[in-house]
This record gives sequence, C-alpha cells and structure tokens, in this order.
Amino acid sequence: MAGGAQVNEGAQDPGLYDYLPYRGRGKVVWPEGKTVAVWVAPNLEYYEIDPPPHPKRKAWARPHPDVVGYSHRDHSNRVSHWRMADVMSRHGFPGSVSLSVALCQHHPEVVADANARGWEFFSHGIYNTRYAYEMSEEQERAIIADSVRTVEDATGQRIRGWLAPALTHTPRTLNLIAEMGLDYTCDLYHDDQVQEVKVAKGRLASIPYSLEVNDHYGFFVYNMSGREYAKTLVRQFERLAAEGERSGTVMCIPLHAYLIGQPHRIGPFEEALATIAADGRAWIARAGEIVDAWRAGQ
Amino acid sequence: MTLDPAYLAYPRRRRGYDHDLYAWSSLHERRPVQWPTGSVAVWVCVSLEWFPIVPNDTPFRAPGHMQTAYPDYRHYTARDYGNRVGVWRFLEAFERAKVSASFAVNAAVAERYPELVEAIVGGGHEIIAHSTDMNGTIDSSLPEDEERALICETLARLSSCGVTPKGWLSIARSQSWRTLDLLKQAGLAYCCDWVNDELPYRFANGLLDLPLNHELSDRQIVAVQQQTAETWAQSLEDGFDWLAAEAARKGGGRMLPVHVTPYIMGLPYRIGAFERMIERVSARAEAWFARGDAIVECWEAQN
Repeated sequence: MAGGAQVNEGAQDPGLYDYLPYRGRGKVVWPEGKTVAVWVAPNLEYYEIDPPPHPKRKAWARPHPDVVGYSHRDHSNRVSHWRMADVMSRHGFPGSVSLSVALCQHHPEVVADANARGWEFFSHGIYNTRYAYEMSEEQERAIIADSVRTVEDATGQRIRGWLAPALTHTPRTLNLIAEMGLDYTCDLYHDDQVQEVKVAKGRLASIPYSLEVNDHYGFFVYNMSGREYAKTLVRQFERLAAEGERSGTVMCIPLHAYLIGQPHRIGPFEEALATIAADGRAWIARAGEIVDAWRAGQ
Repeated sequence: MTLDPAYLAYPRRRRGYDHDLYAWSSLHERRPVQWPTGSVAVWVCVSLEWFPIVPNDTPFRAPGHMQTAYPDYRHYTARDYGNRVGVWRFLEAFERAKVSASFAVNAAVAERYPELVEAIVGGGHEIIAHSTDMNGTIDSSLPEDEERALICETLARLSSCGVTPKGWLSIARSQSWRTLDLLKQAGLAYCCDWVNDELPYRFANGLLDLPLNHELSDRQIVAVQQQTAETWAQSLEDGFDWLAAEAARKGGGRMLPVHVTPYIMGLPYRIGAFERMIERVSARAEAWFARGDAIVECWEAQN
C-alpha cells in the first residue's frame, strides 16, 4: 500500500487503488446475514449567493444573484429538509450527511435536526461554492481542520469521512484526509463494495457513494420523473441484494432535499424506501458502521 | 499551486443567510396558515409571452426565444401560437372547471391582443406583470436606470390596457441585486421569482414572494426534461396528493403552483392531460383554486 496519489501527481493513472476483479473476491459479511448495506446520504449544503470567483470553475450559471439556482437550493433549508428527513425516519433510514460545514453557522437548526435523528456527519467542504482545485497543501489542510472543528463544535461528532466540496479535488486530498485522521472517502466510483485506497499515511476506505442513482443525476442528467427515479432505486437495490449473496455489496442513496423533497417526488421516493426496508435483505446503516463492519472482516 | 488567500476567507459565514434580502424560517415551524376553503391552494399561472423576431441578448436571451438566423419564422410563429390558439384552450378549461387563475402577461401581449385581456379579466382571472416582451430580461448586468425604466414601462403599458397588476414575474425568474427594491418602489406587492419556499414570505423590504415552483412547470418537465404531458400531469397530481396529506398531518395550508405556457401545454395533443388534471384536482375537497393575489391577501391577513 506504499505510495498513494500524492506521489503519482501528474501520472495518467492516479494510483488510487489496485485492480481487484469483482469475480472471486473474499466474502464480505454484513450483520444478521444481510446481503446489501444500504446507506442514505443527504447532502446538507449551503451555496453562497455571491461567492468569490475560482480560476477553474464558475459557481453560478447566471450573474449573481442567480435567483433560481440559489433559491432552488435554499428550498432544502426552509422546506424540504424536514420533509425528506421525516420520510427517512418513518422507514428507519438514518442519514450519513454530506455537510457543507458552514451550514452549522448559517442554519444550525437544520444541522441540529439531523443530529437529533442520530445521523452521522462527514464533510462536504466549507461551502458547495468553494472549490478545492489549485489549493496549496496548507490551504487544503485548513479546510479539513476547519471541517473537523466546526462539526465537532456543532454536533459533538468527530467526522470520519469526506466528500469533496462540489466534488473538487487536488492530487493530495486523499492523502491529507487520511493523515488528518479521517478514514473513509465518498469520492471514488470504481466499485460496489468498500475498497482500500492507497494513501501515504494511515488507512482510507472508499465507501461506494453514487453518481448514477444520485437524485441530481436522476432528475437533471437522466431527466427522470419522480416515479421513474423511485423505480430505479428499487432496481438498483434488487440487483445489489441478489449479488450480495456472494459477497456483501453497498448501495448508497445520495440525496438533496431541494430535489427529492419536492412535493411531486417525495411520495414515490417514500414508496421506494418502504419497499427496500420491507425486503429483509438490507442492512440499513450509517457510513461509518459500514466501513467498520468491512474493516472487521478484512 | 495556491489560491488567493481571500478564497479561504468567509466574511459572511454567520447565523442566517449570507445576504440580507430575506430572513430564514422553516416552513414547518411557522404558524399554520388557513385558506378560505380546503387545505391546498392550487395556483395556476399561465405565462403569455410575445417574442420579437429580433432577439435581444442583453442581458440574456429569454428561454424559448428565436434560434435560427433572421427571420426565424419557425419560432416566432410557434411561440405566437400560444397567444392565438393555446391560451383559449386554457381559458375554456378554467371556465368548465369553474376555477380562476393568474396570467403573467408581457405588456406587448396586452397591447397587441386586447381580446385576450378582455377574456382574462372577464373570466375572473388575475393579470401579473411579466416585463415588456420577451426581450425584457433582467440581471445584475442591466444598469439600474434601465431596469427601473423597464419595470415602469411595463406597468405603464399594462395600465394603458386597463390593467393594474399587484404581482411581477421576471423572465426566467431572473433578477438583479436591485430588482426587489425597484419592484417595491414601483408599487408592486409581490413577485414570483424566488423558488425557495412553498408559501408566501416577506422580503426585508416589505415586498412578498409568491414562489412559483419552476420544477413543476411545463417548461421544465415537458420542454427541458422532455417528459410527456401525461407524466407532467401525473407529477402534479402526485404533488397535490402529498401536499394534501402533509396539510392534514401538520394542520396548516399548503400551496401547489402550476406554471404553464400555452405554446407548450396548449398544443392539441397535450391540452387533454392538462384538462384532466384540472378536472380531477378541482373535484377534490382539499383544493382551493385561487389567483395569486388572493393567496397573497389571505396569507397577509394571517401574517
């Protein structure tokens, strides 16, 4: 496991992991003989209305204020967080929160609600409008330390995971989070099982998050209706539950309240959660528990 | 590599928003609002748009505008179809279902098609100001005096058609930093542009927002996401069902905004889905079909 991404900066293969064929792997066993670990990852975010410009990426499509872009996302923090959270709680799904940590300052009520529900927090950067590209090592260390401190102050929880802000990275990110004591990343999409990531110091697990069944992809890349998205989740679950007989799989349902919590989508989504909860093959868990159970079996 | 140190400074990282335009509040913790009847206010808003055949790209070209080299007869006429044919199908659907609605109208539409204004007003519907025409877009690159003139001209031209709107809808819901104050100064009571809530709320300057959900619009679901009219109607009914159940659970009124465009939903093969949705929802005891101004007045009386 020597090396890691930092050493390989500029290489065509970023050196994140070894190839491990899906066929013939050792058996991953989830508690109570469940075949698929299901975790729900609500993104609790804060987008700034007038963020400073970044040399590599524009925050908003329109000149500031981008009224629709900003206010659509603000719907999460005024209306749809509670709608989404209530549906999850009703069917026994805790959240593992991808948190714009500045939400702890802006709308502590939202963070407190998630904490009171027993949800786990990991960092999604300071704001979803501040990008990591081109940060120096010192700057990146600063946002990781800020994340750890801010979430601990607000919730008492020590964060263990990282989903890069707006999925923006540097070649050092994974090494730095592992060195600073985090033990899982949600940024790699190479597998349906938890995998080891090559880092310079410490240990880092990659837990499958998902772009493909992320509600953002469902509604804004694949242009699904709420009902189509709900069916997609159930199909994803059915397949991973069946394959998990051989070796336990992981299914993540990444959400944004301003999307899934819209009145026309939340009803079909609730039906999908009810179906998955009633199936019997799902180990419904938080990200950290899944990483721990996987580690224990290694 | 390094970023400007200012990129890691957060001067507006504080309790509440990173702006002072309106205050934070959670819908679920507000004093419940009650409607005169039912628990879900159904607000249908029909956009009436006239696209000049020479498009204006300053500040930006409106969605649905001309696409080919001049003269783009294809899009000019296909959009105007909404004003000549499609909108009359909506008016008849409202009459049959005995419901009233809002029409967000370009001043140019009111001037050019007085028969339409007469039928809208005669049908008991509301007119909301919707800029001068589809070249009248706003964002922060528009100089303040030009934006003020655009808003005042819109209201003056509507007024000369006998219409005094209380509400404003910006093209593409796009505003500048100044728009809220300019709308307030122009005497308007509410705008429909900010989609962060599902009930009216008050901006810091006293103007109200009546959120016109863009995700539920025919433009988003049919024109952008390319779903069928039937899927759109089913989504609206799913939304209504959810809001009715939520209102019953929480004891407070909810609102379903239905934003439609005659050149999109008013086509012969789509209008039936709209009519059936209106018939079914208006038969529900939980539904209060209301104009935007009626919803705003009802909310204001309780807030």
